[in-house]
This record gives sequence, C-alpha cells and structure tokens, in this order.
Amino acid sequence: MKSKPAIQEDNKQYTTLNLGPTHPATHGIFQNVLTMDGEIIVDSEPTIGYIHRAFEKLAEHKPFYQVTPLTDRLNYCSSPINNMGWHMTVEKLIGAELPKRVEYMRVIIMELARIADHLVCNSVIGVDTGAMTGFLYVFQWREDIYEIYEEICGARLTTNIGRIGGFERDFNETAWRKIKKLVTDLPAGLKEFEKLLVRNRIFMDRTIGCGPISAERALNYSFSGPNLRAAGVDYDVRVMNPYSSYQDFEFEIPIGKNGDTYDRFMVREEEMYQSMSIIRQAMEKIEKLQDKTSFHADIPSFYLPPKEDVYNNMEALIYHFKIVMGETDVPKGEVYHCVEGGNGELGFYLISDGGRQPFRLHFRRPCYIYYQAYREMIKGAFLSDAILTMSSMNVIAGELDA
Amino acid sequence: MDKPTIDQVAEAINEKFGDAILSKEQQYDFTVITIDKSILVSLFRFLYDDERFQFRYLTTACGVHTPDQPKPFTMMYQLHSLVFNLRIRFKASTTLNDLQFDSLIPIFSSANWMEREAFDFYGIRFKGHPKMTRILNVEDMDYHPMRKEYPVEDLTRYDKDDTMFGRDRSGYKKLN
Repeated sequence: MKSKPAIQEDNKQYTTLNLGPTHPATHGIFQNVLTMDGEIIVDSEPTIGYIHRAFEKLAEHKPFYQVTPLTDRLNYCSSPINNMGWHMTVEKLIGAELPKRVEYMRVIIMELARIADHLVCNSVIGVDTGAMTGFLYVFQWREDIYEIYEEICGARLTTNIGRIGGFERDFNETAWRKIKKLVTDLPAGLKEFEKLLVRNRIFMDRTIGCGPISAERALNYSFSGPNLRAAGVDYDVRVMNPYSSYQDFEFEIPIGKNGDTYDRFMVREEEMYQSMSIIRQAMEKIEKLQDKTSFHADIPSFYLPPKEDVYNNMEALIYHFKIVMGETDVPKGEVYHCVEGGNGELGFYLISDGGRQPFRLHFRRPCYIYYQAYREMIKGAFLSDAILTMSSMNVIAGELDA
Repeated sequence: MDKPTIDQVAEAINEKFGDAILSKEQQYDFTVITIDKSILVSLFRFLYDDERFQFRYLTTACGVHTPDQPKPFTMMYQLHSLVFNLRIRFKASTTLNDLQFDSLIPIFSSANWMEREAFDFYGIRFKGHPKMTRILNVEDMDYHPMRKEYPVEDLTRYDKDDTMFGRDRSGYKKLN
C-alpha cells in the first residue's frame, strides 16, 4: 500500500476546492467540497440530490405496472436488473408462480445487464488513469448488449423490459443468435481489454492501494456487491437468497483482499466471465426444457392479454379493462425483495394497502448507502486518487439520488 | 455454531426486553417485530454483539407515514446476519408530537444517510445524529414531502384525478 503523507495539525491555511457538481471527471452530478492541503485531501463534504426525481413519492401515485419505468432510471447502466427486481417484488406480493423457462430468460437478461454495467465501470477506471483506448474498445461490446435489449423490448438504455408475470413477448431468433454470438466472442475481447490494463505498470501503480476500505468498515457501511466482495466478504444475493432460479446454476463469487481500486476492478472483470458462464448454462437449460413457448406466467388478472384477443375474446377484453383501470385486487401486506444489481443488493420494500398503487415503496439503493464511505476513503489521499476511487466504486447519480 | 431460527431470535429478544415487544407477525418471508422506540439502540446493540445471532449488517431503514394510525410515523429497520443468513425487520412508531428516534450511527455507520433521508422526507429527527439536515431535497424546503398530506401534484389539476381509481383527491385514502 502507498504510504500517505502525514497531515500536520499546525496553523496551516487550507484551500477549499469545489469538485463538481458538473465536472467531466465525476461522471455525473456529484459535488464534493474538499479541504485541501496542497494536493492532499484533508476533509470532504459531499452534497447529493442534484438529480433527485422523487421516485418514491411518484410511485405512490402510479399503478404497479407503471412503476417499472421509474426503476429504469435508478442504475441506468443496468436497467434490466432493476426492472426484473421490481417485477419479482410484485410477483412475490401477488404470489405468482413463473414457468422455469421465464426464470431462465430473466437470468440471461440480468446477466447481460451485469456485463454491460461492469464494462462501463471498468473501462472508465481505465479512462481515469489515462488509458482511453480500452474504453473505446469495450463500448462495442456494450453496443452489442444494447442491440440484444432492442431485439427483446425495443429500447436500449431505459429498457422497461419484461412485464409483471414474465416478458411482453418471446425472444426472437435474432435475439438468441445475438446472445450466442456475444458469449462466444466476448471472452476474447475481454482478454484483449485486460492485456491493456491488468499487468500494466502505470495502471497498477495508480490503482493498487488507492481508496482502500477494510472488510470490517465496509460491512459497517453496509457495502454490497462488487465493492464489498473486493474487500474480501463473499456476500452475493444470488447465492444467499436465490431468486429467479439462481440456485440451478454453477458459478463462483470472486473476492478481493484489500478493497482498493485494483481489487474492485479485478472483481468486476472476473464477474463478467462468471456472468457469461451463467448465460451459457441458462441457454443449455432452456434447450433441454420440455416447455418451448411460454414467456409469461398464467396470471390473467395481472398480465395483459394479446391485443388480438382483446378485440375478439370477451374474457380477454374484461381482463384488459380490469388491469388498465386498476380493478384487480392486490393482497394487503408488505414485502421486501432484493436482487443482486450491478452495484450490490438492490431492494424493494413495498407496502400494499390493497389498492392499485403502492402505499409505500422504498428502494434500497446500494449506491446511496455505500457512497457515505467515500469521505472516509479519500481522507489523506491525493485529489487524482479521489477521482479514481469514485469511478471504481461505480457511483451512479441516478441510483444515488433516486 | 448452529444456525438459530428466527423464533429463537424472537425468544431471546423477549427474554431480554420483555414487554417492549408490541407484536410479532410474519409478512411473506420476513418476521416483523414491532417494538417500543425506547429500546431501539439497546436492542440493536444486543443483536449486534450476541455471538448466537450476529446481526451486524443494516440492510436498510426508512420512514413510513400511516395517517389513520394512532401513532402515524414509523421507522422500519432491516437487519441481516451474514454469518447465519438470517433477515429480520423491526418497526417502531411514534406520534407527531414526539417525532424523535435514537440514532443508530454508533452501531452502524451506514445509518447516517438513511436517517437523514427519513428526516428529509418525513421530518423524523434522530437524537445524536451529527448532521440532521436535508439530504436529497433543497435546503430551503419548508415541508416534508413524503407525508401523505402532500399531493404529488398541484391540487388545482383535475386531469390526473385519483377519484377515477377509487381514491380521494389526495390519492392516499380509499373511498369505499
């Protein structure tokens, strides 16, 4: 670990530096008022909330299926995971059982989203250390993933993918072909990206020992996801509380040791390989299933019927009307469901009073919770290391501010 | 060490704190224990320190406003014992005149912003919090927007009226 210069407590005059709110190096709207001693950070005061959009309040005035587009805008680097997390929360509330095929399809989409999320984060660490090349290369792979989303739901960034009870339509042939191509080609591409950075002397000097956090402090700050695993704690929601049939898959949870920027980078790299392995397994499992066609659960009072049925079939018309006008009964109760998002445990705490809207919906946003530790992590570090620490923690403004 | 059951946890809490537990119910996969807010910190400290349970991870905390209850303001806390993979939810309620809880920061550093969020949106104060100011909303805002009496939009608008959906105009009360 790099030794940090000691800060003397004499009559020094410190400089106040306003880092942000809009600065290209902060990758979003974050403000930190830094007290600087030369190039060293003595203290910092984060200000957040610049893009607060009152999602929790808005959700109390929207029917369940209209909350999905709000979740897109939390961690917009991996929107499909947020969408699926919300669908699963409502499904848990109404007690819907999904066919295995749908669950495996969801796993594929969520793992694709995780790869896209980690690609952005890791390549941006490269940019912040001065290596632009990797960033430009891996965006081709992210583009490929976005094309898969486009095949499935028509959107790219804010996907609104899937519906309560399954998917809006089955994956088409092109989507399957593109997924297969991605998991075949991406490992070689990732290896190429790693060649640029992993054993690069400049990159290692910049990232090893930069912004470290111990496992104990990370747990006390309720870290989750890759940032916690980089500190050496093997907590992953997919293993601890499996959802969407994750228990059927074989995969490993990579962990780091020092909790510094290099470890966070390496944990995310390895997770991408694990995600690809999960996608391959899911495709094999779907091949083997008897069921070749189902893409949604049989819950007519929540899942919109196909349009041609609405026009030609009395029952479908009734269900369509009931869903759109919010006439279907939802059980009363409170439910918490969490998924392993790109940044960690993404939780939905939903209180239902039986009405068409949530009575209260609280998002457990991993970014919001672990960004608190930023102040402690950059104390005594250089300004340039603070920038690197922030990008390696993958703080996403949308998730931070809700 | 054997994994304790959630009933054993509840029993141990009962033994230690007795009548401070107001109710215990099962909500889907969670056991929800409603407690008196006076034991909050000592209870969480006990669950943190006790080797049998090791609840050392604060998953989340948030405020809830239920205007029709005698104690309308509630704080919800969710603890996770990573060693035994046990999750539990606690709730403590209070009235508008006594809108104060003890801060959990001495036990969990992560409680800091969760509590500030609850203050920002519900006006719940936390005793012992080092910086009880707004976090996501602008500083000069003079109300706590997540309380149910504040509508999401201007009340003069009729085009997004909630009465269409079986609720009154403020959106939180069911009509029938």
